[in-house]
Amino acid sequence: MLKTIDPKARFSRRTLFKALGLGGAAALLPERSRAAALPVTGQELATFLDLSKCIGCGACVEACRVENAARYPEPKKPFPKMYPERVKVEDWSDKRAVDTRLTPYNWLFIQSAAVDGREVHIPRRCMHCQNPPCANLCPWGAAAREADGTVAINQDICLGGAKCRDVCPWSIPQRQTGAGLYLDLMPSLAGNGVMNKCRRCPERVAQGKMPACIEACPQGVQTMGPREEIVAQAKAMARNNGGFLYGLEENGGTNTLYLSPVPFEKLAAAVKTGPGQPGLAAVADVMGTSNRLAWAVLLAPLAGAAGALLSGARKMMGRKEDSNG
Amino acid sequence: MADRRLSGSFVASSAAGTVRLGFYRLAAAALAVSGVAQMPIFKRYYIADIPGMAWTGDFLFTHALHYAAAAALLFWLGWRLAARGAASLGRGRLALLGLLALTGGAHVLSNLPGVSLSPLAAMLLDWTHLGAAMALGIAALAMVFNRRSRTNRR
Ligand code: SF4
Ligand code: SF4
Ligand code: SF4
Repeated sequence: MLKTIDPKARFSRRTLFKALGLGGAAALLPERSRAAALPVTGQELATFLDLSKCIGCGACVEACRVENAARYPEPKKPFPKMYPERVKVEDWSDKRAVDTRLTPYNWLFIQSAAVDGREVHIPRRCMHCQNPPCANLCPWGAAAREADGTVAINQDICLGGAKCRDVCPWSIPQRQTGAGLYLDLMPSLAGNGVMNKCRRCPERVAQGKMPACIEACPQGVQTMGPREEIVAQAKAMARNNGGFLYGLEENGGTNTLYLSPVPFEKLAAAVKTGPGQPGLAAVADVMGTSNRLAWAVLLAPLAGAAGALLSGARKMMGRKEDSNG
Repeated sequence: MADRRLSGSFVASSAAGTVRLGFYRLAAAALAVSGVAQMPIFKRYYIADIPGMAWTGDFLFTHALHYAAAAALLFWLGWRLAARGAASLGRGRLALLGLLALTGGAHVLSNLPGVSLSPLAAMLLDWTHLGAAMALGIAALAMVFNRRSRTNRR
């Protein structure tokens, strides 16, 4: 049984209170019963988005911006002159209002597409991959995966080299020049700001609360809970109501599962993609090749030592045979 | 003599020794280049634009190359330790190689699906690996200059 309360239940209860003129009564309920509660289990958490419910109202986008406003980068201007010349400034600080794509100031946006005469809205943000290349391949240890499956970038040490964006199959992290640790090191020669993306509201989750975007949704599009239960729920819904899942296998598995009433191949072809506007194509495991080589790395020293011992033994045998013969 | 041992140049006394030395140098060079390539600098500094060098800007390729070269070097290290003992490597190089191998191995493990370190541990691991690699690189460079200036004086 999923211990999370369907956020829709909260909505209908609030609507009921409103209808009865008891708007204030909802405020008297303890926080946990008003907002859907997350069990604090320490398990890997996943979110499930039922796209057939999303009306594209953008309440989630707005909630994310309010929740994270204090965490947005505040760059110092003018930016340090960077060498070589090709290193481009990425500055969104004067375009903070943009909400039609991912930016350092917008970690969630609504992607829309018309497929088979149906309008589908897809809230897009970091997928929180189970084996995230952004974190595994960060050479500086700034991006990491938490025990609960959240993937976050440490704003205090990120240098803004944007490798995380290059290796992310959806190019999620977004760079803001002129902020972060690189300013204190060699700003002209290395680094270029800080990378920003959804951090899955860890402060809220630690209190058993849902992330801001989930709580704000009037349609109850998103559910969050222990991964096993969320996966079971998503599969059951796809089976019973018909529908297509995205995120189970993508990039080796993610902690974000989308359920769509239309096939993802069609959605992938219909959505507008580009910088800050990720696609929806099937994605192979980015870490696959390296991880297939991992065992060779781990066993190599043993194999080397065994080889040396064998060749030593063979030499000794040879010498014995020589002296015997 | 101690500095010669640190540089990775051993007196190759036999044909097999020459092959082993070449193997070590090739693996070490591949590790160094693919290791540096893990930082986003080859594209930034136009190196990936040089014809034939585009691969240096491909993070996934250089990561796989780093693993393959690490496997080769660790094979060499295992062989060397078993055949000639730890003392044959010199204390400085053994310490740095050991630190690199341990932090690298831990990183390889943590990159596997289902394994993950705390963010703090992951950061310390990256920094230690980077620091040890830089120390080994500086030692090797110092060695080359040292040897060259000695040959020049002769
Ligand atoms: S708040 Fe809910 S319904 Fe509105 S856009 Fe976001 S997910 Fe869709
Ligand atoms: S979606 Fe991209 S940024 Fe998010 S965890 Fe996966 S690789 Fe990292
Ligand atoms: S989980 Fe938090 S940070 Fe991520 S999109 Fe939702 S509100 Fe924004």
